[in-house]
Amino acid sequence: MYYVGVDVGASRTKVAILERNKELVGQDIRRSGTDFKATAEEAFTSAADGIPDLREMGFFCVSTGYGRRNVEFAHETRTEIACHAKTAYFFYPGAITVIDIGGQDNKVIKLDEKGRRISFKMNRKCAAGTGAFLEEMSLRLNIPLEEMDQLARKSQDMVELGSYCTVFTATEVLEKIRQGKKVEDIVKGLFLSVLKRVFEMDILSQKVVMTGGVVAHNPYLVEMAKEISGNEILVPPFPQLAGAFGAALFAWELIESNKREVEDEK
Amino acid sequence: MRVEAKPIEATKLLKKVMSDHFYELDEASRTKSKKIAWCTSVGPAELLRGMGFLVYFPENHGAMLGASRMATELIPYANQLGYSPDICSYLTSDIGSYLAKKTPLQKSYNIEAPPRPDVLVFNTNQCRDVKDWFSFYGREFDVPVIGVFTHRSLGKIQDFHIKDVAEQIKALIPILEEVSGQRFDMDRFKEVVALSKKTSELWRACLETASHIPSPWTFFDATIHMGPAVVGRGTKEANEYYEVLLKELKERAKEGIPGVPEERHRVYWEGMPIWGKLRSLSELFSSLKTCVVASTYCNSWIFDQLDPEEPFESMALAYTELFIVRDEDYKESYIQNMYEFFRFNGIIFHDAKTCPNNSNNRYGMPERLSKRLNIPCLVINGDLNDLRCFSEEQAKTNIEAFVEQLEEV
Ligand code: SF4
Repeated sequence: MYYVGVDVGASRTKVAILERNKELVGQDIRRSGTDFKATAEEAFTSAADGIPDLREMGFFCVSTGYGRRNVEFAHETRTEIACHAKTAYFFYPGAITVIDIGGQDNKVIKLDEKGRRISFKMNRKCAAGTGAFLEEMSLRLNIPLEEMDQLARKSQDMVELGSYCTVFTATEVLEKIRQGKKVEDIVKGLFLSVLKRVFEMDILSQKVVMTGGVVAHNPYLVEMAKEISGNEILVPPFPQLAGAFGAALFAWELIESNKREVEDEK
Repeated sequence: MRVEAKPIEATKLLKKVMSDHFYELDEASRTKSKKIAWCTSVGPAELLRGMGFLVYFPENHGAMLGASRMATELIPYANQLGYSPDICSYLTSDIGSYLAKKTPLQKSYNIEAPPRPDVLVFNTNQCRDVKDWFSFYGREFDVPVIGVFTHRSLGKIQDFHIKDVAEQIKALIPILEEVSGQRFDMDRFKEVVALSKKTSELWRACLETASHIPSPWTFFDATIHMGPAVVGRGTKEANEYYEVLLKELKERAKEGIPGVPEERHRVYWEGMPIWGKLRSLSELFSSLKTCVVASTYCNSWIFDQLDPEEPFESMALAYTELFIVRDEDYKESYIQNMYEFFRFNGIIFHDAKTCPNNSNNRYGMPERLSKRLNIPCLVINGDLNDLRCFSEEQAKTNIEAFVEQLEEV
């Protein structure tokens, strides 16, 4: 039996496949596009590519994320809040705050010693502090998203941006360019803006676990987070897969803990 | 397959009570047979009825605009006049409805427009917006806009608060006499206060049946069945209706007929309803086997202090005592009492974009209450009427995650 987690995010679809010993044996990440159902299937097929006995051994699948209900081969669903918390606690058991910076939203989840949720908050209403904010700014600055991390690292004199809203920030950024500020200093300012938006959502525990695509692609953001907060900031392996991995852990629990009967195929 | 809840039978009668209310107003408006007063939810409705007015409640129309989802398209008409999309979306959608000449009354009751007012009477106990709202119509119809200015954010209520409000209510009489052409009649007034007290007692009793486990109905049911308490307090029609509803709810409670089949969790709703999403939210909670058993909102039409022997003072006290008028300490103790009575295991705060007055999450209350009661609290963002401020998917994920959290406890 394999344990499959599918995280259909608003921006990316992620799949994680675990063996019985919770080893990650298959994974895939791709754009969610507009047909969530088809994307989930393609991502699963690709993740299962190197696992010839998957169909024969059978699998149990939990889906999560914005499009969790579009995954036809899933047996159960869990929210992305539950899944990110699961992964974070799996790697770093104890009282932690989980911060997930996703493409379209942020989550701040607080767990107690036993991994039970004390509270959670999701940002809403706007892109401030999300991957979408950085994407928008990369377009405005005409620099590829992948280069932002390297640029921010070079900054010697960070430009602080004061606005909350993405549109206001864009105007502010234009103003800074006009003033002759360096792009790397502006990019570092954008990173700081993301962190500020997230940190102000809740009081953080001493140990913070960061997950999500933005963290995966911008390790410098994590370094900045350590510096600003003074907290211990931890990042699980494959941070972008955290939701899918957590869903797979749920799948594992549902079967292994409850010895739940499942039909082999589906 | 999910089991459906057994429908509440009184709903048929409810429809009749509500349509009679609107037909009576419409007839009076067209034939000028009776004077019409527009009144805010806690305006001095008892006084108005006691002086022979038919009473129309624009907030009820606001809720209808929300529930029919007409609000979102009508709000921009008011925005164009300079009423910001950030202020009360009852106000903006109602003014938008007037400007666009579109009302849910057309489809529901074949009534062209809300009744024309002869006078507009507000109480600022809930917000300033009601006065601004009525002032718009005062200018449009060239009729008097009068009202009561209630003290706000009160902890302990003092005698001088009550005296002041009682005097303000009395001071309305000469203007109302002039508009109605009738003399104020103390006996008639007292009768209405007695009837209104009865409405309040019956409505409270209906809401309290939700303390049964499983609850015989939900907050979503109550938002519909509160219609007569809102538009008809102080009338015998409303009281007759609640006698019927109460009997049915008591029977459901006794027989264990639930509002949410297989109720597993019970939660409290703090804040305004999201009118345009009542059905989908109700279905979501039901699918999660979670019953929203009680709410501050539905409780707002309980006026315990009404006393026909002291009509002015008791009205002043009943209106001032309300949750929305009070300070944070009072509100937290109030919710604690609700917690002890209704035995819920979580609280959902609705942060309504356009109504700060009913959004009690903004000064740290969820965090404090969560500690005090040792239960989780969730804040969801939305609005009473403006669905542009509501992300259904995010709200659903939040609510599902909240129920997951309740499961973990
Ligand atoms: S209390 Fe809120 S919803 Fe009610 S009238 Fe005032 S602003 Fe509008």
